[in-house]
Amino acid sequence: MSNVTFARSLAALIAVVALAALPYAIKEVYYVNIASQILLYAIFALGLNILVGYAGLVSLGHAGLFGIAAYVVAYLLVAGHGHVLAIVAALAAGLVATAGFAALSLRSTGIIFIMITLALGEIIWGLAYRWISLTNGDNGITVPARPTPFGIALGSARAFYVATLIVFLIAIVAAGIFVRSPFGAALRGTRDQPRRMNALGYHVWMIRFWAFIFSGLLTAMAGVLFVYYNQFISPQALALTASAESLLMVISGGAGTLFGPVVGAALVVIVKNVVSAYVERWNFMLGAIFVAIVVFMPEGLVPGVVRLTRSIWRGRARTKASLPMTAGPRQ
Amino acid sequence: MTFWLLLTVNSVTFGGLLFLLSAGFSLIFGLMRIPNLTHGSMFMLGAYFGTTLLSGVLGVRFSFWLAAIVCAIQVAILGALMERLLLRRLAGQQLAQVLVTLGVSFMVADLCLMGWGGDPISVATPPGLNGFIRLGAAVFPLYRLAVIAIAVIFALALWLMLERTRLGAMIRAGVDDPQMARVVGIRVSQLFTIVFALGAGLAGFAGLIGGPILSVYPGIDQDMLPLALVVVILGGTGSLLGSFVGSILIGFIYNFGQALLPELAYFILFLPMVLVLVLRPQGLFGGQVL
Repeated sequence: MSNVTFARSLAALIAVVALAALPYAIKEVYYVNIASQILLYAIFALGLNILVGYAGLVSLGHAGLFGIAAYVVAYLLVAGHGHVLAIVAALAAGLVATAGFAALSLRSTGIIFIMITLALGEIIWGLAYRWISLTNGDNGITVPARPTPFGIALGSARAFYVATLIVFLIAIVAAGIFVRSPFGAALRGTRDQPRRMNALGYHVWMIRFWAFIFSGLLTAMAGVLFVYYNQFISPQALALTASAESLLMVISGGAGTLFGPVVGAALVVIVKNVVSAYVERWNFMLGAIFVAIVVFMPEGLVPGVVRLTRSIWRGRARTKASLPMTAGPRQ
Repeated sequence: MTFWLLLTVNSVTFGGLLFLLSAGFSLIFGLMRIPNLTHGSMFMLGAYFGTTLLSGVLGVRFSFWLAAIVCAIQVAILGALMERLLLRRLAGQQLAQVLVTLGVSFMVADLCLMGWGGDPISVATPPGLNGFIRLGAAVFPLYRLAVIAIAVIFALALWLMLERTRLGAMIRAGVDDPQMARVVGIRVSQLFTIVFALGAGLAGFAGLIGGPILSVYPGIDQDMLPLALVVVILGGTGSLLGSFVGSILIGFIYNFGQALLPELAYFILFLPMVLVLVLRPQGLFGGQVL
């Protein structure tokens, strides 16, 4: 084991211990809940980042996938089914919907991909909003209780935080393995040089498809956590704003980096909670942050800060940055 | 029978409104290669500006048609400013431009909520068009027929502008091949501003014209934007004919869907889009493959 690997493992271990100790260090339920929110949105952002950062495909419809999983859980629980069935069915429904999204949207890349995913996300939102006999419309569905895996009740903020942390750790390890695997390398290849990858014999469409599926799985996991966290789901969680929010997490933290979306999720959740405590204008802030980041720090906070500190240390002129995701022309 | 006739008139009216909205969207898309996600916001801004003008500014009350023209100009100026100040900075980075339009659309939505409140504002039908036309047993609201006429006039004017004027020829050249257009001396970046302002103005105009039918409420931007998106995917980008046929088609699907299957209306609306994407990716009349 080299020094760098050792240092990295040590840092990861310390981070995990710190995260696990967090609810015992801070006593206020409010802050524990915010930490849970950050982790569950981080899972969502990790999922979206697979697509945005590593495949170079910007989706504006991911809140639809998030919402489908959440609605399936809520619907099945209200219908009187057990938690296991609800969660499994939700993940399955999320995967089926993701496959549908992928089949329709992967016909193209770039701007058109954005438009198709946006339209698909709006369809799901429209269904949740208007199909009142199924989804209860704008009033939403209230979920009776959180599950009790292995006899441990998740009713308290602290217990739910620990459960969320476990799912989050599974998700980030899975994402890390996925990104560092040969498949992850091939995926980055399809982002940077789709034609060359095609010429090398890679099935570009198939690689993008499986990346989309993985992204959808993480998103559905976040959706399940979301509905258990709030014990409530309404069409608002599926709106375009929600998709944009998750995209902002990915881009603000740094698309195409493993930890960027986690930082972005923390930033957005904290700003959202702090700002909404003082003013009602969260949407305005969301838009303003979006514009500012795209114009001034397009590569995101994590790589942006790294770049700025490096250029300060080395006294080098600031290199020009641009958004990292640029999927090539369609095949 | 009367029911169907009325539904048909409503569909064509809504299609006409959609055309006013999506013609600009389609031209912007064709020329700049970006979906302008503020287009719904421009529609909403036009409507809100219009209601303010109608209720009177500094003691001056505008007539409906004058207000429609003034609010169109106001929104066109805002569109030009946005293109010049924001999108121009990001020239060549289409993805960044799309994200900026998305960010601005949220800001506009919140500012409108701040400025005009959360309650829907109804717009009175302009005097003289309150009446109905009777045809046998069927009764047609005059205003809806007027909206159809306006849409047809604008379609013709836009068509003449694009086909018969120098500016139109330059826009067509820019849509077909921006690099070559630059080479032969067309200032494409100037065209961007003009088309952006034109599209925004048309959307703002449609906002107030649609007021008596739809009223104005927070969230109307998010209702209209996907419709424009669907129309353009259906009709093909940069094609006036495509926008026109797509708008009428969506007008019919939307209204018949609302009347017959209200719970699934939104879903049915997007079905033709999905079909077109699968069977004919360039849209019904578009030249570029999506």
